[in-house]
Amino acid sequence: MIAYITRRLLYAIPILVGVNVLTFALFFVVNSPDDMARVHLGVKRVTPEAIQKWKEERGYDKPLLYNGAAAGGGRFIDTIFYEKSVRLFAFDFGRSDQGRDIGYDISTRMWPSLAIAVPVFLMGLAAYLTFALLMAFFRATYVDFWGVVACVAMMSISGLFYIIGGQYLVGKLLSIVPISGYDGGADAFRFLALPVIIGVVSGIGANTRWYRTIFLEEINKDYVRTARAKGLSEPRVLFRHVLQNAMIPILTGVVAVIPLLFMGSLIAESFFGIPGLGSYTIDAINSQDFAVVRAMVFLGSVLYIIGLICTDISYTLVDPRVRFE
Amino acid sequence: MSFKLEILWTDALIYLLLVVVALLVRHVRRHEHLMAPWRKVARSASGMAAATVLAFFVVIGLADSVHYRPAVEVRDGKTIYAVEVLSVFDKLTTKLRTQKAKTYSAPLATHRYAKETIELPDGLQVRDYPRLTYGGAHLADPATEWGPDIARRCLYGIAGGALIWLVVATLLCVVLARWDPADTGRMWRALRRGETEIPWRAILLTLAVVLAVGGPLVALAANYHVFGTDKVGQDVFYQALKSVRTGLVIGTLTTLVMLPFALALGVMAGYFKGWVDDVIQYLYTTLSSIPGVLLIAAAVLMMQVWIETHPELFDTVLARADLRLLFLCVILGITSWTGLARLLRGEALKLREMEYIQAAHAFAVPHFRILTRHILPNVMHIVLIAIVMDFSGLVLAEAVLSYVGVGVDPSTISFGTMINSARLEMAREPIVWWSLTAAFTFMLLLVLSANLFADAVRDAFDPRIRVGRSFRLAAQKA
Repeated sequence: MIAYITRRLLYAIPILVGVNVLTFALFFVVNSPDDMARVHLGVKRVTPEAIQKWKEERGYDKPLLYNGAAAGGGRFIDTIFYEKSVRLFAFDFGRSDQGRDIGYDISTRMWPSLAIAVPVFLMGLAAYLTFALLMAFFRATYVDFWGVVACVAMMSISGLFYIIGGQYLVGKLLSIVPISGYDGGADAFRFLALPVIIGVVSGIGANTRWYRTIFLEEINKDYVRTARAKGLSEPRVLFRHVLQNAMIPILTGVVAVIPLLFMGSLIAESFFGIPGLGSYTIDAINSQDFAVVRAMVFLGSVLYIIGLICTDISYTLVDPRVRFE
Repeated sequence: MSFKLEILWTDALIYLLLVVVALLVRHVRRHEHLMAPWRKVARSASGMAAATVLAFFVVIGLADSVHYRPAVEVRDGKTIYAVEVLSVFDKLTTKLRTQKAKTYSAPLATHRYAKETIELPDGLQVRDYPRLTYGGAHLADPATEWGPDIARRCLYGIAGGALIWLVVATLLCVVLARWDPADTGRMWRALRRGETEIPWRAILLTLAVVLAVGGPLVALAANYHVFGTDKVGQDVFYQALKSVRTGLVIGTLTTLVMLPFALALGVMAGYFKGWVDDVIQYLYTTLSSIPGVLLIAAAVLMMQVWIETHPELFDTVLARADLRLLFLCVILGITSWTGLARLLRGEALKLREMEYIQAAHAFAVPHFRILTRHILPNVMHIVLIAIVMDFSGLVLAEAVLSYVGVGVDPSTISFGTMINSARLEMAREPIVWWSLTAAFTFMLLLVLSANLFADAVRDAFDPRIRVGRSFRLAAQKA
């Protein structure tokens, strides 16, 4: 088991190197730091001195890959590639283009993100599985048919509509909860209720339908017929046998998402004014803060890879047929 | 009037897409085994009803994809063309495009939405809602004439729609009766009872609904702003119709751009195995490990910088916006080919062990020929299902990306830009709801019909295949 995990972790390294090289190429080779400086300072009426100063302040004035002016190891260390890309591996995110410490920002903004993402994830999973099981229970009846119709309709609605509509209905018309904002402590509940509910509702369509197909696939298997043949009641067949076996494909999708919960959600957080990592990213995109976007890309892929590894491990835990090899 | 055709990048790709589709249709029609699943699609009532609605969108989108520059004047034998690039669709909707109000006005309104100081002919000044320049301008006294005028136009619209519908239905009946050894009367009865093989009744019913809604809209649009006007006074109905093209371009061109890569790499990885497989797997694992939205954001940011530092490459605003749209499609394509490639690899892995492939090996058929003649045709159903399933996701993604600020150019009219510019107006009192409602309604119609059609296609080609949306914004969005 430990050997297996170690091998998976080692396998992750080349992928992270790939991500790193890709982002480096995207951010520094496609456009030179001069171009970035010009965009920040305004394309017209910008002096070379201003560009130089901007670059110096942010450490973009070094050579890209090889510094001929430095001595010894400095030739490779005193470069943009080392300073801005290699150091990400130590989770040293450096400073944003505005001069703030990115690592500190991430560690403080992570918690509001989690406060909204975790409840959405748990409540959503419970709700979608329940609906899907209900539809599987009533399969080939009108309940199932109209359930699928409702799912297709709900997944055709833009996620933005759920947020805007929900804010208008609950926040403005009914004035039950504040439209947006965030506060720590017990007060957080008031601010989080609406985004969490909207997060759950907006996922109903696609997820319920997805789980329903998984359940239906499972229901047609031989062991289910055996269970019925030996006289088990339908609910018992569903909950005891089908649910457990359907958990295997469901788990793959679910476990992979868990680490990404840290990243928060871009749209919901910015609409509801929650100071999490999602709104952090959006702010960075809008103010063209390349350093923050670069850091978030790296963090996102690290979390994704952790998710992949967790998925594989969870597979071996729930499905005895899968062996470590 | 003379004009100069202007082929934008996305236009060219759309024409290319049309040619490809036409060739495919010809190819499929010649082979009965390829026709069989399509016949099944044609038998699905919901699928065909959705296709009918989609056809309307496609017609609008295509009319909006033929661009030209009208001639302004002829000087010294040389024709000078306008800077503004128009499309055939713009020409058809000249009234909608040019009859602008000054600022917000509610749907079908005759007066502006906010009070303003008006100078009366006798020099007095009052604060009142000013009349709109075009919306309901033909009414002398809107207070009494407005209701009857709207009702009359609605009736005209419905009557016109009904007329078109009757003509279509009769023609259909006659044509079908020709094909089938049945008289027209019997055919009509079969149609009405839904006993035809292709669900013509569902198609005609959908057509009736579309015409019943569209007729009055067209009749009213001539003299009113049917869905109101936005902040700068542009007609929202016009914007919603223009957004259709952007949505279609993103939904289709993205797939067109990514398909060659996904096909070639996915099939090669599965067929060759070994180091080819390792390299390709490494490539797509790396790409897919970057969260989609972030990769798109990073790429679009870089593209913005590039466009801003190279302004000399674009001669018109539209050309620049168009290139940005194309870039967005390419970037979306780069992030979304991995899912399809993974599916294709799995299928190719299975296929390469089949007897007929081994037979081909035994006959010393070269690899390239095995790939193109024996593997490729047998994975096409997966490709097709992935294409139709991805479409709706991409249309929805466009709106989200435009909100994040990494979507289409702000000057391009799209559902995303419409929603983005309208969402802040929710805080106004009285609330400006029409822009959002129009954008969401049109988007829902497009996506819903695309989803229904995609389901019909999937059921016909392979009901068991579990094609996830390879473009998963849902996880990011929730």
